[in-house]
Amino acid sequence: MSKVLVVTSGKGGVGKTTTTAALGAAIAQSGSSVCVVDFDVGLRNLDLVMGAERRVVYDLINVVNGDAKLAQALIRDKRLDKLSLLPASQTRDKDALTDAGVARVMDELRQKFDWVICDSPAGIERGATLAMRHADVAVVVTNPEVSSVRDSDRIIGLLDSKTIRAEKGETLDKHLILTRYDPNRADRGDMLKVEDVLEILSIPLLAIIPESEEVLRASNVGCPVTLNNPLSAPARAYADAVRRLQGEMVPMSVPSDRKSFLGKFFTRRAA
Amino acid sequence: MSLLNIFSRRGSAPVARERLQLIIAHERADNGRSDLVVTLREEILAVIAKHVAIEPDKVQIKVERGEGVSTLGLDIELPLPVAARLTGGRTESIAKESMAKEKQAVAA
Repeated sequence: MSKVLVVTSGKGGVGKTTTTAALGAAIAQSGSSVCVVDFDVGLRNLDLVMGAERRVVYDLINVVNGDAKLAQALIRDKRLDKLSLLPASQTRDKDALTDAGVARVMDELRQKFDWVICDSPAGIERGATLAMRHADVAVVVTNPEVSSVRDSDRIIGLLDSKTIRAEKGETLDKHLILTRYDPNRADRGDMLKVEDVLEILSIPLLAIIPESEEVLRASNVGCPVTLNNPLSAPARAYADAVRRLQGEMVPMSVPSDRKSFLGKFFTRRAA
Repeated sequence: MSLLNIFSRRGSAPVARERLQLIIAHERADNGRSDLVVTLREEILAVIAKHVAIEPDKVQIKVERGEGVSTLGLDIELPLPVAARLTGGRTESIAKESMAKEKQAVAA
């Protein structure tokens, strides 16, 4: 049974695309087939974060409009056989996506892949509601920061009203991934704690991704963080998230980037 | 990766810089006119379609944008009679004739 997962947040810049790429790669590494779909029409970036920006020929809108077959538009990852990307269009706008067209493409993706991960655009408009429309599972990405938490709350409301599952009265599994978390700052009282965010949003926690240099390093080179440095703290947190999504019980922790003495010694600081 | 990092002081930022410069140059060049890849694939397919009936799903197009040179690869599966004509009628079993990858230089 294939699953459609939407990665959404309301607010921009909190880590939706990073999360989509990281979860996609980790699921593919676990042996299931995955397609990551960029719904951010007009401002595509998943291709860049995945390192496939030079290989885009067709995009989601071409497939939705029937200009290209799905198989022609899918870009298979060069590192992971089971991972494919369906890029967004860079030149069109969100209105080019029709409800019926998206429904047809999602059906076709379900037949081909074990997991379909939809990377939602920021905001609460058409692009975001279309990205979540067909989801069975939602991952809400939130930063421990007031505006992000408030926007996540709006998005959770939409997940409960605008998705097909919600309209049918079925359940839609919602999970929280808290990104850019810094346990030290939370301890000092300078950052919202995990419990604070959970209490406000009241959806189950899927993972805590610590603030880490590895995230930027991975996007610099166009490689999902779970592939670029699998032992890094964010990679381990995302890998645990995938195990939980697949039904395993994994104790919750905030992994940290342990640096060896030599590593610390040689780390250069930016001037 | 981490071992490499120890020996190279270069870091990942220069890679990011190069990737961005390349993709943004391509996107700026496309700005205002239609995407070159779209134009090429439509016109090339139209030329072939004049002579051969191609099935749209039997076409694979691959592009690799590089700094000095970009490649456009077309893989078109031709129907059996056409494939036979291409091989001078000697072989009847070759249904698939891969069109040679046409290298297409694009000024960076």
